Amino acid sequence: MKKLFYLIFTLYGVLFFMLTGCGNSASSKNGQVIVYNWGEYIDPMAIDMFEEETGIKVIYEEFETNEIMYPKMESGSTIYDVICPSDYMIQKMIENNLLAEINFDHIPNAVNIGRQYFEQSREFDPENKYSVPYCFGTVGILYNKTMVKEPIDSWAVLWDETYYDNILMQDSVRDAFMVALKLNGYSMNTLNAAELETAKNALIEQKNLVQAYVIDQVRDKMIGGEAAIGVIYSGEAIYTIQENPDLAYVIPKEGTNVWIDSWVIPKNAANKENAEAFINFMCRPDIALLNFEYITYSTPNTAAYALIEDTDIKNSPIAFPDLSCYENLETFQYLGVEGTELYNNLWKEVKTY
Amino acid sequence: MIKSTVKKLYLALIFIFLYAPIATLIVLSFNKSKTRAKWGGFTLAWYQSLFLNEEIMQALFNTLLIALIASVTATLIGTIACISIMNLKKHTRTIIIGITNIPMLNADIVTGISLMLLFISAGFRFGMGTILLSHITFCIPYVILNVLPKMRQLNPYTYEAALDLGAGPVYGFMKVVFPEILPGILSGFLMAFTMSLDDFIITHFTKGAGVDTLSTKIYTEVKKGIKPEMYALSTIIFFTVLLLLLLVNKSPDDNKNATH
Repeated sequence: MKKLFYLIFTLYGVLFFMLTGCGNSASSKNGQVIVYNWGEYIDPMAIDMFEEETGIKVIYEEFETNEIMYPKMESGSTIYDVICPSDYMIQKMIENNLLAEINFDHIPNAVNIGRQYFEQSREFDPENKYSVPYCFGTVGILYNKTMVKEPIDSWAVLWDETYYDNILMQDSVRDAFMVALKLNGYSMNTLNAAELETAKNALIEQKNLVQAYVIDQVRDKMIGGEAAIGVIYSGEAIYTIQENPDLAYVIPKEGTNVWIDSWVIPKNAANKENAEAFINFMCRPDIALLNFEYITYSTPNTAAYALIEDTDIKNSPIAFPDLSCYENLETFQYLGVEGTELYNNLWKEVKTY
Repeated sequence: MIKSTVKKLYLALIFIFLYAPIATLIVLSFNKSKTRAKWGGFTLAWYQSLFLNEEIMQALFNTLLIALIASVTATLIGTIACISIMNLKKHTRTIIIGITNIPMLNADIVTGISLMLLFISAGFRFGMGTILLSHITFCIPYVILNVLPKMRQLNPYTYEAALDLGAGPVYGFMKVVFPEILPGILSGFLMAFTMSLDDFIITHFTKGAGVDTLSTKIYTEVKKGIKPEMYALSTIIFFTVLLLLLLVNKSPDDNKNATH
């Protein structure tokens, strides 16, 4: 008994010092790169390949939302080298002087990224100095063809009384207001009080018809046929249609949100060159293809697009919409502290009405 | 007659409320289809891919390791703290007990953020070490909470008698005091272990890059939907805990039967 006690005690002591003592020290010959990315947003094989080819060790961490990522990177508890935030968050980081300019000489593979995506990025990164697009998509309407007979091409269907209790709306301020603002032909980044008032009233009017305000549950509810129409992100739409062929996705004619998640390098990055090597590797056509197949969100990498063999996916208007067909495509912008609060207050009014 | 049916019905309702969510999860872990909306047939594929998934296995290992080390350390520190608390004057004792209780009432997110700030200002490197330190910190009050009542029940004269009869302080403690407070220490240890196992928010704030526990790992999957492998893992954990509980609740009776 006593012996056993001592054995456990020593074992435990050894473990304790092993853990607290060494942490994770960089032993690789070419140093390391600390990557902070969305959960499930990369093919793990791509990381292994990068380590093998460059000898740079990747320390990989994941986040759930932009809002969780921001305070963590700002607090400096860990100094990240590469992060993959969304459009408006990148703008916020630029405005708060948190990002380093990327040296595109070190990222020759950036030529593989379609020009139009860099152009779209100008909405949040005006000079294309801070970000390299990684994934993009649209927001649109997913509908069940067995429950919706007429063709859908407008946000207005979400206000159609025939679909009473059969509509799913996104439960987030910006996405909900985007729908209402676009329906009325306004910019989704507007700070005009009158336009926002109209949008708010439209959302209140619609509330009666809405079955539920949801985020992730759109997928399961639409697959299960629990609702006829839902607002959904295009990346999710591909998966839901695979699971339930009765579903169809459409980008409304009034225009919508084109979101872009891009690689950025924080100003305080300790391994900037490794970070650029990592971004360059991610832009390589074969790696971009690997990641596209894993994530299934649209890739802005035109060279990778050319490599796709499955014609169904290659010609899919959901995965690769012809953005030039639509006039009013926009990307979310950071609204500043006051703007954000304005939207939040209006959203509260809608939710509590 | 009616009384007993009502009783049974009530009990059944409670069990349904408690176990319906877990039962759903267990059923879904055998679902071939990735979505909850469709039953794609029975499969064990998720269990297989679970064990092949290095990241999940690493997270599981981290979780268990952290829980074990943190709870053992917290039990040690907490028990020693109890001994000294008992030797304080009544007034100071009340104050100290009050102070040790505060962290339990404090919201986890406050504890998490303040620990993070402390580690940043102290220049710590974030990683396994910082998670461990914070887990030990928030586990200690639970150990004290469990051990202290046992200490209070103790007759102080037995320890003094041991010393009078020639035992050294350590020997006396091990022979007289320790066996008496052992149940308290064990329940404190178990509570600390489960608290550490469960914790998400404090770990989230104090973890460094590349270190994940199960709870933080599951949470990162939120954007793209939680993978069915996690259902499989949760099912396994549920049955392991169930088995452990059955064993723990059974053994004391067996021992009694053996000695009597």
